Amino acid sequence: MTRSERPRWRRGVDIVVRSVLPVLFALIVGAIILWALGKDPLTFYADIVANGLADGNWQNSMVLMSPLLIMGIALIVVFRGQLWNLGYDGQYLLGAVFAAGFGPTLTQQMPPFLAYVILSIGAIVVGALWTLIPAWLKARYGTNEIITTLVMSTIGIGIANMLIKGVFQDPNVVTPQTAAIPLDAMLPFIPGTQVNIGFIVAIVVALAFHVILTRTSFGLRLDVYGSNPKAARHVGINSRSMVVVLFLISGGLIGLAAAMDMLGQWGYLRANWNPSYGNEILPFVFLARLSPLASIPFIAFYAVFATGATIASQQAGLSVDFLMVIVALVLVFMTITEYVGTKRDLGQSYLPDELKDAFRRPFASMTRRTTS
Amino acid sequence: MSDLFTPMFLTTFIVGCIMGAMPLMIAAVGETIGEAAGILNLGIEGVMLVGAYVGYVVALSTHSLWLGMLGGAVAGAVASLVMLVLNVWLGLNQIVLGIAVTLAGTGITSVLFYQLYGSNTPRVPDVFEWQIPGLSMIPVIGPSLFSQSPIFWVCVLLVVAAAWALKKTNWSLSIRAAGQMPSSLDAAGGSVMRTRSQAVLVGGVFAGLGGAYLSLIATGAFTPVITNGIGFVAIIVTMVTNGRIIWVAAMSLLFGLSVSLGTVLQLTSLNIPTDVIGMLPYVVVMAVLVIFARSVYISPALAAPYTRGAR
Repeated sequence: MTRSERPRWRRGVDIVVRSVLPVLFALIVGAIILWALGKDPLTFYADIVANGLADGNWQNSMVLMSPLLIMGIALIVVFRGQLWNLGYDGQYLLGAVFAAGFGPTLTQQMPPFLAYVILSIGAIVVGALWTLIPAWLKARYGTNEIITTLVMSTIGIGIANMLIKGVFQDPNVVTPQTAAIPLDAMLPFIPGTQVNIGFIVAIVVALAFHVILTRTSFGLRLDVYGSNPKAARHVGINSRSMVVVLFLISGGLIGLAAAMDMLGQWGYLRANWNPSYGNEILPFVFLARLSPLASIPFIAFYAVFATGATIASQQAGLSVDFLMVIVALVLVFMTITEYVGTKRDLGQSYLPDELKDAFRRPFASMTRRTTS
Repeated sequence: MSDLFTPMFLTTFIVGCIMGAMPLMIAAVGETIGEAAGILNLGIEGVMLVGAYVGYVVALSTHSLWLGMLGGAVAGAVASLVMLVLNVWLGLNQIVLGIAVTLAGTGITSVLFYQLYGSNTPRVPDVFEWQIPGLSMIPVIGPSLFSQSPIFWVCVLLVVAAAWALKKTNWSLSIRAAGQMPSSLDAAGGSVMRTRSQAVLVGGVFAGLGGAYLSLIATGAFTPVITNGIGFVAIIVTMVTNGRIIWVAAMSLLFGLSVSLGTVLQLTSLNIPTDVIGMLPYVVVMAVLVIFARSVYISPALAAPYTRGAR
């Protein structure tokens, strides 16, 4: 039975199971690692819930969620076009430097709302511009964008650090960091909570891109381009401008994420600080099957997990980098689940023929003369 | 300026240059072998870290740098098993897996390091500097280049051996066929899976060695995220040099030069921010990419899993 013949609800259940299983497996293996390190996994996970959700801590998670979600959408847009924008760190930090560097003065000199808009637009432009060279090289010559975005990212991080230590250095402190935006000039809270309005921006961005990607002709053209660039050219889609547009949107959104993060959560930027949000949300973007709408719960989950686990690992005397291990495990289990699921759908064997051959006759290569 | 170019200064400079270049060179050779076979190993950063950490632990417990290097190489091969099984055998996405390996390697080495050595960081035994008779008497390059540890020379030998193997052996033909047109290798009776598996393992050994060189020889101790992006530089170097080891070596030396320049300039009164110097190699790479964009050839089979009969 092929995939399309199955009842709709079965497919729905299938997709949910395939999205949740990798996270479960990752948490189980994470528990085993914790146990091997001599920590109590149950206490650790309970600490995560306590520090990420309970007693109003969910608000901290929501604050963290806003930049993560916007960044997730930024990745979804390029990934849908089968393009890899892995330069998120540089784009994020450059946008952040713009917002944090001009923030302290701008928020004092004009109505705060106007300052937020100007700072956000500036960060968007900076983030987008930083993708321009990789996008142009990819569009014009097909140069591998993974490499170019990574190189540009490293350069961007360097420039950001230079700016922080140089023109934007807070003259009143010794540590290399920008002047802080005054607390009362930061993004206002959503009434009744401690969550800044960046959260609303993030949700609006997610919803807007859900509509753009699924209900507009641009979304359709993007999907055609993503599934087969050659076919896209046949139906008259300009693949060059598509590449550039996708990269610009992606970089711009990452800049916006940085602006929201600076204006809403941090208020200042320290040199050599790099949260690497992009790496952390990568698996969850894929688990959401590159759907902006579906990415909301996944990124919410990760935001709670990250907020809770940061404190939980400090309490357990563990390096915060333990989070990375969990994220990596989610990625690995995600690809495996996907593989097993696809093979089952197609009714194929789980092992490739060549591999089975190799296992059946492990020493065949020694007795038979080969050309290699 | 005149006090800058004393023999003492130049010696320090060359030593720093070699220290910065070697880990990158070794890792980039591994990455070159992988990419020649069609494996874009984004996980090399993680593999290097695992190699660096295991090498450090082995060297501490056995008091032998040689065993440490060996441990790093073995650990590199083990860490690349993830790529081997999931990508080469099962055909899962290389880029996602590569990022996973990098994250896992960074995370687990950092967690284990804090767990075991959190409070005090013991240093590995000192490097034995082998003064090559005669040559080490030459001013400037004598006390720098010709007074390196024997491990340095073994690593140089390995790089040369890899260059030779990639140029002169039948094995390299299989490797390149697997990387450029896997179907032709298959049609000729070779095994894409076996060839790529070998390439991934050898690449892992080199990456692990590079990491161990970094923690054992270049710095003398492991610190979390000691590689600081060298793995990604290795990927970039590999892409730009297009499989030619001699250029890999040249690019690595350029990188080492800029690293060394950064350290040395801090000692002098010249006021150039270290961030600028750290950025220089990347700016050069980007300029090369922009100028030679037309001729940077990347095989369409790179990062694409091979399935027999699929188009």
